[in-house]
Amino acid sequence: MEAAEAGAVENQQGRLAGLGASASLSPPVVAALIVAAIAVALIVTQGLQPFGQTTVNGLISASYFALGAVGLTLVYGTLKLVNFAHGDLLTLGAYVAFVANVSLGLPILVAVLCSVAGVAAFGVATERAMWRPMRAKGAGLLQLLIMTLGLAFVIRYSIQLFAGTQPRSLEVDVTSSTSFLGLTIGQTQLIVVLVGFAVLLAVGAALRFTSLGKQMRALSDNFELAEVAGINTDRIVLATWIFAAGLAGLAGVLYTSAIGNMTPNLGFFLLLSLFAAVILGGIGNAYGALAGGVLLGLTQEWSTLLVDARWKLAVGFLVLILVLVVRPQGLFGRQERAL
Amino acid sequence: MTPLAVSLDVFGSLDFWIGVGLLAATYGIFTLGLQLNVGYTGVINFGQAGFMAIGAYTMAILVVEAEISFWLALPASIIVAMAAGLIIGLPSLRLRADYFAIVTIAFAEIIRYTAVNARELTGGSQGIGGFDGAFLDLSDLMLEGLDSFGLGDQFLLPLLIVAIVVFGLLTVGMYFLQRSPWGRVLRAIREDEDAARALGKNAFAYKLQSISIAAALGAVAGWFLALNLAFISPTQFDPLFTFLGYAVLILGGLANYFGVILGAIILWTLLEGLRLMDLPLDASQTAALRYVLVGLVLIGLMAFRPQGMLGKRQEMVLGD
Repeated sequence: MEAAEAGAVENQQGRLAGLGASASLSPPVVAALIVAAIAVALIVTQGLQPFGQTTVNGLISASYFALGAVGLTLVYGTLKLVNFAHGDLLTLGAYVAFVANVSLGLPILVAVLCSVAGVAAFGVATERAMWRPMRAKGAGLLQLLIMTLGLAFVIRYSIQLFAGTQPRSLEVDVTSSTSFLGLTIGQTQLIVVLVGFAVLLAVGAALRFTSLGKQMRALSDNFELAEVAGINTDRIVLATWIFAAGLAGLAGVLYTSAIGNMTPNLGFFLLLSLFAAVILGGIGNAYGALAGGVLLGLTQEWSTLLVDARWKLAVGFLVLILVLVVRPQGLFGRQERAL
Repeated sequence: MTPLAVSLDVFGSLDFWIGVGLLAATYGIFTLGLQLNVGYTGVINFGQAGFMAIGAYTMAILVVEAEISFWLALPASIIVAMAAGLIIGLPSLRLRADYFAIVTIAFAEIIRYTAVNARELTGGSQGIGGFDGAFLDLSDLMLEGLDSFGLGDQFLLPLLIVAIVVFGLLTVGMYFLQRSPWGRVLRAIREDEDAARALGKNAFAYKLQSISIAAALGAVAGWFLALNLAFISPTQFDPLFTFLGYAVLILGGLANYFGVILGAIILWTLLEGLRLMDLPLDASQTAALRYVLVGLVLIGLMAFRPQGMLGKRQEMVLGD
C-alpha cells in the first residue's frame, strides 16, 4: 500500500508538472496533492510502519464515516434539512442489530439486514409523519433544525430508556486479528473495512449509473429544476430517505462492530464527524461525502502520529472549521454554494 | 414497589424549589444570549455551552491556579469569553446560517475536549473545585441575615438570591438594549440583511457584537453553574445543555426576553420534578425519560406553535 501511495504521489507530481502548476487545477486534485504531500511528510518523519498502521486505522473509521455522511449530505441537498438526528439513526441501526443478533439470536448477517431495513423504514416514517407535513407548511430553517434536534433527543433517549447506558456488544469476534506487512488489523475490523468500501463503491456506482441514482443527485443539486425536468420528486424523496437511513443503519452496525461496543450516545458522538465529512466534500454532493469521510478518517488517525490520540476528535472538528472558513463550498462543491 | 405510586411530595419542599430556581436562573442567563443571537439577530448559535465552559473554567483556573482574587476573575472570564466569541465569529459569521450552527457546535466540542484533555490546567474529567472561597464568605454573611427569618440552614439560598437578582437585571438590561437604536439595527439585520447593509449598517460588525454579548452571558451562566456545584467538570458542558437552552428559548418564545424567564422556570420545574419524583425507574432511565419529553416538546412546538408561548409568529423569519 505504501508503494501505491508513493506511486500516487509521483503520478500526481507528474500531472502537476504537466499542467505547469497552473491555477486551473481542480480543487479535488489540489486536495489529493496536499494529502499525498502530508502522507510523504509523515512517512519521512514518523517512519513507514506507524504511518501504515494509522492509515489502516483511518480506513476503518473511513468506512463508517463515509456511509454515514453520504445519507446526511443527500438529505441536506434534497430537502435542505440539516439533520441533527442523522447520527442517532446510526445508533438506532446498532441497537436494532443488537436486538436481532443478541436478544433474538439471529446470525449477524441477518441482523445487519434487519437494521438496514428497520432504519430505512424509520427514515420513511419520519418523512411521512414530520418532514413532508412541515415542508407543506413552508417551515423555515430554524424550525426544521430544532425539530431534528427534538427527534435526535427522542431517538437517543428512547433507546437509553429501554436499553440503558451500559455498553453492549454484538456477537462478533473482537479478539483475533490478522497481520500483514507488519500491520495489524482485527478480524472484524477487516470485515468492516471490506464491507464498508464494497458498499461505498456500490453506492458510488449506483449514484453514477442508475436512473434512480441520477435522479437523486439531480434533486440534491437543484430541486426545482429536477421537478421541472419531469422527475417524480415525491418518489425520489422517499428513495433518498430509504437510501440515507438504510446506509446510516449499516454505518451504525459497522461502527459498533469495529469499536467493539455500543452506547446510546454513539450516534451523537459521530454526528459532528459526519458533518465534517459532508462539509469537506461539499454539502449536497454525494461523492464529496464519500471522499470526505475517507479523508476525515485518515486525517484523524494520522494526527495521532503527531499529537496524543486523545485529541483526534478535536482535530476532526478543527478540520471542519478550517474547511468552512477557507472553502465553505467544500472540495467538490461549486462556488455558488458558498456564501 | 408498586409501579404507579408516584409521589408528588417533592414539589412541597423548599430544597426542590431552590434547586429549580438556581438551574432556571443559570440556564435563563445562558438562554438570554441565545435569544439575542437567534431571536433578534437571526444567527443560530449552537456553541453556547462552549462559552459557558470558557467562563466557568477561566474563573476557576484564575482563582485556583493563578491565585487571582475571585472578584477579579469574574470580569476576566467575561473578557476571555467575549474574545472567544470574536475569534469564532470573525471567520465564520460570513457563512450561511446552517453552516454557522455547525461551526459553533464544533467549536464548543473543541472547548469541551480541551477541558477533558488539558489535564494540567483543567483537571481533566476529574474537574476543578475550590474556587468559591470568596463567594462562600459573602454567602455566610447573607446566611446570618437569613437566619433571622429561620432560613439560616438553606446554604444555597444566598446563591439563589444572587442568581435571581443577576438574571433579573440582565433580562431587563437586554430588554432595554433591544429597544435602543443598536437593538433596532439587529432586528433589521434579522429581517433583511441586505436592506440593513444598503442603509449603511455594518451587518457583520453587529452580528459579531451580538455573538460576543451572548458569549459574555454564557460566561455569567458558567459562574452560577460552577458556584452551584462548587465544582466544574467537562460533562457539564455537553452540547446537550445548549439544546436545553434552545428548549427554554422555544418554550418561552422567540424574540421575547421575558419569555426566557417563563421558559426556564417551566423547563426546569419539569426536568427536576421528573428527576426527583419517585418514578419506578432507575436513574439513567429517569434521565432518559426527561429528555424524551424535551424532544417531544421541541417537535410539538415546532410543528404547532413555533413562536412558543410569548413569541410572535411574524418575528420568526429565520432562514428561507
